[in-house]
Amino acid sequence: MAEPFLSIQHVRKSFGATTVVEDFNLDVEPGEFVSFLGPSGCGKTTVLRMVAGFEEPSAGKIVVGGKDITRLKPNQRNVGMVFQAYALFPNLTVAQNIGFGLKVAGMAKANIDARVAEMLDIIKLPQMADRYPYQLSGGQQQRIALARAIAPKPKLLLLDEPLSALDAKVRVSLREEIRSIQKKLGITTIFVTHDQEEALSISDRIAVMYGGKAEQVGTPFEIYNRPATKFVANFVGTLNVLEGKVTDAAAGTVQVNTQEVSLKGKLNGSKSGDMLSLALRPEAISLGRQPGRDSSLSGEISEVHFLGSVIRVRVGIGGNTVSLDTFNSPATPPPAVGEKAEISFSSSDMLVLH
Amino acid sequence: MKSGKFWAWVVFALGAAYFFIPLIATVEFSMRMRRGAYSFDAYQIVLGDPRFQATFGYSVLAAVFTIILGVLIVVPAAYWIRLRLPQLRPIVEFITLLPLVIPAIVIVFGYIRMYGSNSPLPFLATDMGTNALLVIGYAMLALPYMYRAVDTGLRTIDVRTLTEAAQILGAGWGTIIGRVILPNVLIAVLSGAFLTFAIVIGEFTMASLLNRPAFGPYLQNVGANRAYEPAALAIIAFAITWGCMSLIQILSRFAPRSANRPN
Repeated sequence: MAEPFLSIQHVRKSFGATTVVEDFNLDVEPGEFVSFLGPSGCGKTTVLRMVAGFEEPSAGKIVVGGKDITRLKPNQRNVGMVFQAYALFPNLTVAQNIGFGLKVAGMAKANIDARVAEMLDIIKLPQMADRYPYQLSGGQQQRIALARAIAPKPKLLLLDEPLSALDAKVRVSLREEIRSIQKKLGITTIFVTHDQEEALSISDRIAVMYGGKAEQVGTPFEIYNRPATKFVANFVGTLNVLEGKVTDAAAGTVQVNTQEVSLKGKLNGSKSGDMLSLALRPEAISLGRQPGRDSSLSGEISEVHFLGSVIRVRVGIGGNTVSLDTFNSPATPPPAVGEKAEISFSSSDMLVLH
Repeated sequence: MKSGKFWAWVVFALGAAYFFIPLIATVEFSMRMRRGAYSFDAYQIVLGDPRFQATFGYSVLAAVFTIILGVLIVVPAAYWIRLRLPQLRPIVEFITLLPLVIPAIVIVFGYIRMYGSNSPLPFLATDMGTNALLVIGYAMLALPYMYRAVDTGLRTIDVRTLTEAAQILGAGWGTIIGRVILPNVLIAVLSGAFLTFAIVIGEFTMASLLNRPAFGPYLQNVGANRAYEPAALAIIAFAITWGCMSLIQILSRFAPRSANRPN
């Protein structure tokens, strides 16, 4: 790993007796796009606000470009930020909003005008310079807010749930736009979101947060396919969790209900008789025996939901329920509730949650 | 339904009569100076009186300084309370209401005792000091109106996020208040300013007991010694107050619309 551009080291934040961030550590490489993903109250925004300088850490330090910025005021950090509520200045036009940081920095008017025009081109709103914020849609306002944040060429860009207030369609197009602008400018970016799809689709790495800690930091592929904790596995994507008992730790066999599954090489540290939580993504399960799938379990179909192109089937296996999707085929009628069914999967896709 | 509407109009007419009849009577009386004909003689005498011009000029100047002092105290205070000390809001609201509860005469006697020529802060030892004390007293009298107007203005904007947005773009406190907060609450500040103006123009107790040549004591003096001129002065004072109120209404149309509340 190259020298980290942003380094958050052992940061803790308490408000009175309540600790909201606990020993948070993260290194971010130059030009990297890292998302903080987690439920409300997990501390992701607090970490972002500490990087911005709006909150002071109770312990730990924050280093940007080799310089300790922990005690610097927000206006001394050269950091750009986009807020959930846009936060455009209502009394200023779009051009004045974008040029605000440049004017504060004492840049000459001609240079400000040129930079504002360049920013408007980047966000594809060149005709909006003289409009006021109230004359723009939510998506346009947020693009202006992005242009305003990057106009002074900040070292770091912070995005605090910038898409949450927008409707679904705009959210998807804007997140792609944010990512493409970020890549084009090569600016190191921290993106806070509670939307896993957003985080998975645009991040280089994701820090999944829970209870003020980073539960796992990894690429979207790692986070989704190799969740390190039960929380990450449950929070990111849909997961089927099966309770099982280790019958032979050396042979790697686990009993689910009354059936045995082989998980050779996956039971490190487990002893025979231990209870385990096993997890499978819906897309890793097939209805019926399929070639290439080395494991199977039998059960009974408890629910069938016809969703058009996809049929969602729930299969009861003892006390566990497994959900899986199959493609609709006009030639084959969907399975019926109460039918006996077998599900198959590769044991390598099975996750053992600790 | 129809009868309800009828009685609503009756109540409205009674209220309007209660307000307008004395006003019309005063206007009518102020125009009867010349025997047997209506005229503006009383207005001409009043407006031509050098004491009117001097006292009115004095009060206008005092009002301008009071507004400046009020804005300098109230805007940063109300802003800071909204931003950092919201738990102090009920206490500050209570304090700003005190001038409505404590009579001006009590306050002015307190001033005379506290700031007499033998006190450590001898405001009353010089004319300029007394003028300054009068402006300070006026700013205090106008506090309930100025604070409420500014606080209402601040409520319409997201103070915290706008402040943080300006901070992260490199702005210091002066720039934030001067270029972000004040322009967005300017109409509210102007409302407070015009209310302050109206209060200062008609104020009698403080100016009289501090022996200042203000418009209030002049109004009282004319009222005690003349017949038609006081009525004309009352109408002029009404016109000034109404003018201020109209300006508030006109200016409020130019208020910047919030980004989050486009309508």
